Amino acid sequence: MMTNSGARLTQGQFSFLPDLTDQQITAQINYALEHGWAIGVEYTDDPHPRNTYWEMYGNPMFDLKDAAGILKEINECRKAFPRHYIRVTAFDATRGWETPRMSYIVNRPAVEPGFALERQEIDGRAIRYTMRATER
Amino acid sequence: MNGSSTMQTVLKPDVRVCLSEILREARVTEALEQLDRDLVGLAPVKTRLREIAAFLAVEKARSGFGMVSGAPSLHMSFTGNPGTGKTTVAQRIAEILHRLGFVRKGHLISVTRDDLVGQYIGHTAPKTKEVLKRAMGGVLFIDEAYYLYRPENERDYGQEAIEILLQVMENQRDDLVVILAGYKERMDTFFRSNPGFSSRIAHHIDFPDYGAEELELIAEGMLERMQYHFDAAAAGAFHEYIERRQRQPHFANARSIRNALDRARLRQASRLCSMTHPVDAEALSTITEQDIRASRVFFDRSE
Repeated sequence: MMTNSGARLTQGQFSFLPDLTDQQITAQINYALEHGWAIGVEYTDDPHPRNTYWEMYGNPMFDLKDAAGILKEINECRKAFPRHYIRVTAFDATRGWETPRMSYIVNRPAVEPGFALERQEIDGRAIRYTMRATER
Repeated sequence: MNGSSTMQTVLKPDVRVCLSEILREARVTEALEQLDRDLVGLAPVKTRLREIAAFLAVEKARSGFGMVSGAPSLHMSFTGNPGTGKTTVAQRIAEILHRLGFVRKGHLISVTRDDLVGQYIGHTAPKTKEVLKRAMGGVLFIDEAYYLYRPENERDYGQEAIEILLQVMENQRDDLVVILAGYKERMDTFFRSNPGFSSRIAHHIDFPDYGAEELELIAEGMLERMQYHFDAAAAGAFHEYIERRQRQPHFANARSIRNALDRARLRQASRLCSMTHPVDAEALSTITEQDIRASRVFFDRSE
């Protein structure tokens, strides 16, 4: 049910591009650090677009100067959840923003399950549609 | 050197590189000269820093020719009495390493046992990792490192912090530089009981105590930075003060001098405030003999 041909999940930044390499991820993290954003690593097995609350891996990381520590955290998360989606978010605490400014996927399951469309027949011949992430 | 995988053009073997040029270009010569100017004494430390800077420049030139020798181990240990400038030098080293490109950001994270070791099971590893993460790309300065190891309690969590530190010091050598600091004797015992540490530390630097003249120079420098000065009699009194203070217990070199000056400034302030007539800029910035002589160092029991 996904609109892109490779059945890849397209959420957040860079999701229509090939997977980011570690070097590219480092560059993106450095960009966030330069702006003083706090970085968090999150994972989930339910990539439904309405599921905004992914699990946090470890604590959000404040006051860091260099990307190496965060990349280490990402790799630890990849090792712990190789078949989950993992994303990196950069939170901007500036007054007026107070929101994630960046969010991009850094790990995908080898086979992405995609979504299923469920049709529920209700009163008369009306149909109610639900989209749900397929179980693996 | 920066862990980047970009291809570098390798120089031909008959090309000549100028090492002093490398140092000058990276503004390391400048940093070393500033160190010479700002820090009084510490001759062995300065020599050692020059050696390290030279070594790093050679290392950089070698990598230009495509010679590989692996990332040099830059972890250091600073031993010396309190107030001999260990933290100050660590800050300068962070800057020099940054200028030569051996650390990416060049910041200094200064921690003690409390920042690394947790209070209950499972608390230490995340705490230590948090600190290491903050220190990535810079220098981690562990003050009084021997407190990490408490042999009298075999279930002390310090051991856990030590193991994590050792692992990172070995595997992420190009991500951070660790500097351990503390008193000489206790650091020696610490290294003896943790051979893993001493073998991973390439540079052991000993900070000597300051002599009386050096301490006087330090005091002058401090006053100058604070825009104060001694009058002629006060300089003589301070000379005497240093000689007396050095013989007393708990003498902490430059730190004691700074404290003495702070107290002299307090006395100067209360002296000025108790005066009835108005004061000028000269009076506000002059520390007189009586501000120094009022110190308890001069009212020794031995007299």
